[in-house]
Amino acid sequence: MNRNSNIYSILYASIMVILVAGVLAGVSLLLKDRQNANVEAEKMQSILKAANVETTRDEARKLYDEYFSETFVVNNQGEPITGIDAFKVNMSNEIKVQPNERKLPVYVFHGKEEGKKYVVPIYGAGMWGPIWGFLAIDENKSTIYGATFDHASETPGLGAEIATEWFQEQFKGKEIFDENGNFQSITLVKGGADASNKHGVDAVSGGTVTSRGLTETLRKCLGDYEQFLKSEKTE
Amino acid sequence: MSIFSANNMKLITNPLGRQNPITLQVLGICSALAVTSKVKPAFVMTLSVMAVLAFANVIVSLLRNTIPSRIRIIVQLVVVASLVILVDQVLKAYVYDVSKQLSVFVGLIITNCIIMGRLEAFALGNKPGPAFLDGIGNALGYGWILIVVAIVREFFGSGSLWGYKLIPESFYEAGYMDNGLMILPPMALFIVGIIIWVQRTKDKELIEE
Repeated sequence: MNRNSNIYSILYASIMVILVAGVLAGVSLLLKDRQNANVEAEKMQSILKAANVETTRDEARKLYDEYFSETFVVNNQGEPITGIDAFKVNMSNEIKVQPNERKLPVYVFHGKEEGKKYVVPIYGAGMWGPIWGFLAIDENKSTIYGATFDHASETPGLGAEIATEWFQEQFKGKEIFDENGNFQSITLVKGGADASNKHGVDAVSGGTVTSRGLTETLRKCLGDYEQFLKSEKTE
Repeated sequence: MSIFSANNMKLITNPLGRQNPITLQVLGICSALAVTSKVKPAFVMTLSVMAVLAFANVIVSLLRNTIPSRIRIIVQLVVVASLVILVDQVLKAYVYDVSKQLSVFVGLIITNCIIMGRLEAFALGNKPGPAFLDGIGNALGYGWILIVVAIVREFFGSGSLWGYKLIPESFYEAGYMDNGLMILPPMALFIVGIIIWVQRTKDKELIEE
């Protein structure tokens, strides 16, 4: 057959593409389980980190099972929703539906000395892509016990600073509610938060859009949990 | 002709020195800047490029007499792109942390000029055996530069190698500080520049008129 004919080229390309598609689909199926296990372990590691438990990804599963024996799902009225595995809830889908239809997971941390903490996820938009994280909240349902954030593609050195230790440390001890029990969320303050500000932390210099995005994400996601956090407060 | 004949061995050794893809042909610079702030990702990147380049060379070489010349670039791209996706999937399954660090750069192996360059210049005109060696050779030539750059950057930028802290705490207490500039991409360009300089000083024939 003439190698320069159109028919030859078209046939060649078609056969090649079908073969390649088959191979890639096969490999993807083969490795899917392993890849998912990695993603799950990473999520467990983040949840543990929010509760100030540092761990490696290999040990995350064991420690997660140990500390987080209790998980549940609530709606934005703070009422429990049964029959759903909290760990399987994907926040990137939940933020797309109406607030009253959202399934909001709560991971309850039972520390030997630290006591009970509620870990909740946040998910929103940064500058270039999604940002997400977990906040651990004290048993009084207002004081932040620990926080961890991550991002898909924020600018290194600027917006990406939200994933660093110094930034996350600031959240410890901040309050979601003021003295009168009004919802305040946590705000990233440009130019630096005053030390007396119970509801603010320093924003990232040079990362204005990311900082605004995180403030907004915290306000919306913690806002969804407002009723849950207000319910049966144990001071 | 034996696979390890003198001619074939040149396919491996030439890209290490006189035909180095980075310092002489100045190809693949983008990833050389991006993945060399630590040794481990640089090493994994080298292995990934090696796998893609060697197999792409072999596959294109096997197909060289059947590829319609008018769509040959597309055929090469499909071969390279599928291999890259395979590598990416394997990394995600077995070395997840490294794959996160390399992030988009594994995908960008597709656009690494070294690969298309070798396919066009060598694999289309040679048998699979030599094409395989050419792929390995060029990946090694690319890799050793990457790793040298990464060693310098990680040692001076983070005080460690392969993640192990080498500079003792007492140094830091005495006032030593890691050089933050080493971590930033421009530093890779400086180090590559220094390697090019050293290489051309030692081998005068490489200096262009």
